[in-house]
Amino acid sequence: MTVNIDTTSGAGSGHESDGGHPVLDIDHLQVTFATDGGPVHAVRDVSLEVRKGEVLAIVGESGSGKTVTAKTILGLLPETASSSGAVVINGADVISVSAATLRQIRGRDVAMVFQEPSTALNPVFTVGWQIAEGIRAHAGTDGNRVSAKEAKSRAIDALRKVGIPDPEHRVNYYPHQFSGGQKQRVVIAAALALNPGLIVADEPTTALDVTVQAEILELLRDLRDKYGTSIVLITHNMGVVADLADRVVVMYQGDVVEEAPARTLFAEPKQDYTRKLLAAVPHLGHNSASEGLTSRAHKDEEILVEAKDLTIEYPGRLGTPAFKAVDQVSFTLSRGEVFGLVGESGSGKTTIGRAIAGLNRTTGGSLRVLGYEMLNLKERTFKPLRKDIGFVFQDPAASFNPQLTIGDCIAEPMVIHTKPSPAQARKRVGELLEAVQLPASYAGRYPHELSGGQRQRASLARALSLNPRLLIADEPTSALDVSVQAKVLELFRDIQEEFGFACLFISHDLAVVDTLSSWVGVLYKGRLVEQGIGNQVMGSPEHDYTRRLIASLPVPDPQEQARRREEHRALLGI
Amino acid sequence: MSIPAVPVPMESPRAPWYRRLPVISHFNKSVGLQRGMLVAGLVLTGLFVLTALFAPLLAPYGFAQLSDADGNFPTQQAPGGKHLLGTTVGGYDVLSRVIWGAQTAILVIVVAVAMSIVVGVVLGLLSGYLGGWLDRILVVIADAVYAFPSLLVAIVMAIVISGGQSSLIGGIFAAGTAITLVFIPQYFRVIRAETVRLKAEPFVESAKVVGASNIRIMSRHIYRNATRTLPLIFTLNASEAILTLAGLGFLGFGIEPSSAAEWGFDLNKALADTTSGIWWTGLFPGLAIVLTVVGLTLVGESINDLNDPRLRGRKSTGSSSPAPVDSAAIATEVRAS
Repeated sequence: MTVNIDTTSGAGSGHESDGGHPVLDIDHLQVTFATDGGPVHAVRDVSLEVRKGEVLAIVGESGSGKTVTAKTILGLLPETASSSGAVVINGADVISVSAATLRQIRGRDVAMVFQEPSTALNPVFTVGWQIAEGIRAHAGTDGNRVSAKEAKSRAIDALRKVGIPDPEHRVNYYPHQFSGGQKQRVVIAAALALNPGLIVADEPTTALDVTVQAEILELLRDLRDKYGTSIVLITHNMGVVADLADRVVVMYQGDVVEEAPARTLFAEPKQDYTRKLLAAVPHLGHNSASEGLTSRAHKDEEILVEAKDLTIEYPGRLGTPAFKAVDQVSFTLSRGEVFGLVGESGSGKTTIGRAIAGLNRTTGGSLRVLGYEMLNLKERTFKPLRKDIGFVFQDPAASFNPQLTIGDCIAEPMVIHTKPSPAQARKRVGELLEAVQLPASYAGRYPHELSGGQRQRASLARALSLNPRLLIADEPTSALDVSVQAKVLELFRDIQEEFGFACLFISHDLAVVDTLSSWVGVLYKGRLVEQGIGNQVMGSPEHDYTRRLIASLPVPDPQEQARRREEHRALLGI
Repeated sequence: MSIPAVPVPMESPRAPWYRRLPVISHFNKSVGLQRGMLVAGLVLTGLFVLTALFAPLLAPYGFAQLSDADGNFPTQQAPGGKHLLGTTVGGYDVLSRVIWGAQTAILVIVVAVAMSIVVGVVLGLLSGYLGGWLDRILVVIADAVYAFPSLLVAIVMAIVISGGQSSLIGGIFAAGTAITLVFIPQYFRVIRAETVRLKAEPFVESAKVVGASNIRIMSRHIYRNATRTLPLIFTLNASEAILTLAGLGFLGFGIEPSSAAEWGFDLNKALADTTSGIWWTGLFPGLAIVLTVVGLTLVGESINDLNDPRLRGRKSTGSSSPAPVDSAAIATEVRAS
């Protein structure tokens, strides 16, 4: 794809008005990877610059080359990559300098914050040691080696900067003693240790829960405001962009599609691709499934799932008490209803879904699925009911047997329960593929030949193959890109209306849940803290946690987000 | 994170079936030194297999032949003349015994590896998937077998099965069973580990959700995904099987020279010759063992490297105009090899 936009002139004029000298200047960068299938041009032609104290967001879907661009800035590309063009940081071109010079640049001029804080920290060293390692790798201000003592005191300073309480103590802690959000703060502290002018943050909040994400975004904003640090923010989350970015670069298939200040981009996107991308982002409060509802829609229908004080425990290790994943949860799900279950990681939402499908055992209370009591479940007696339950898994790539064709996978539930003739099965697979808007010829393909969105459609087709009365969808769209997610959600909505199955829709994304389900339950640490009609829960939450959850969700609109940020601060009492 | 650098380790299913066979697909993926190693291994292994197949045509004499129309063979004759590689102290033709020995070796490999694969895979699947007490007992037994020196187990088995000496079939099965017993834990462990990993994969759970039976899940979903590493263990074990067989023969638990030719046995008999300067009776059987094992190991190691995208070498990319891959040329190469 080639998009002809004059990015250099736009950036150049801004640069002159700013008067400053860019911290980072990328000029006609190209990166090519050698793969089994021949060379892959991951980055085709990218030019951009970052000024002092500016947050530049690079957004794009998977495969757009945004992560590769970020890695080039630190010279972190694998051996199979070859790059051309220039990446200039403080006058040094990262692509052409020697390995020794590059090592000097890393940490001192530019540092990186990784996506997954638990894997970015080495579990066998204290966090203080890990921060000091970076400091001691560079010469001190006097040109000599930094002493261990000084490095430690600087590590403590860095931890204080990122808001770790009691840093003198905590500096000797190991990574597992911190929570996920604190770990990400430590990673940011390590990046800050040498006061680099530029931080490259690759999806810094993707692995975190929304409430923690809000804190980390707050921290990054502070860094810019207090220390004038420039940040290159790589993300696919438009809400995060709206919250933090000053300027946005939109990438698609290795090219820069559009570059504009954040407010301009969200208000009046110029390129078609950007417009489509923004339209696909789910926006809390827009397009709600429960619009205009005042009472529960399906309350008079037959009840398919009924949980009463449902408790699910995972046995603890020797000497430790059992872990309560689900704690006294009660709810009902009626025929034809879509029940949205939201919660952060560890809230027990997936466990409930799996228990309904008989993948997890319940340990207390009562859970009746299609009239069958799941406490002390016997696989033999439950099996006949399985044909009425469909399940859509989170990761469409992993939920298909790579050795079977899509057609075989979709036909499997039928082969097990109704034993159709091969011709009947083939006909039904064709119908199902058509229902999920895939060509019937895809039946002969293997899972890896389909894209993520197509695979999730096929997964839906498999779940629907026996016309189940109940469908459990566990984060069905969270592994997908936004534009694909929007299409899959739309399809899901249509099919639910057409087939009329009841659905338990599990997600961490409030906006997604709101577009699909009329009745919403909020889980927090295993407890169902609130349930009600979707727009009422989202609009006027009653429980403190729900309020916090909704306030910390960034919306893809910089102006509205600025207002929401103030509300969120007020809520937390900052 | 999206890094296109991690390639999907697969061959296109659009390729014709013969291009997707284990060794051929590996050959297509290889470049440079890795391809050289693979080709060297394939040539040595091919030579070994062909020798075994065409032994009756290639060998000038039978493996137990002591005389021809001209009378008895001379004993301990140096290489040359009628006996290209000389004769042994008993009057056997060394060349013929080396060639016939390949046949014995391949039979032992086939028997040993086939039996251990079947038993190891079935036990590994059951143990990994069902878990519980069955799993615990089988793992303990496998560990116990691991603790024995493999040659010791093989000797015990050889005594139990054939009293130490036997005919061709008896000898092959004695050696084969002995090796099988030693190898089962290897297959068992690999398959069990893969099964335990695959058991938690969403596609297995999705089969459970639709109500598939345990047997169906094991045979249709886990089995085919768990056995991808088998060609690798197969080649590595084949070489170990030869070494064990040779070791048995060398210690005197092999096959009678009148029943079949066996390299290890010949080496044992050649032991006394070395002091009197007779080198040809020991050198050639020894060389046969070394070359066969090197060939099989090279193939195994190459497959191992090529299966791992991080170890696999690739053609470097031309930054501007990459040369188009000439698939027709590769196809001819494959047919030629």
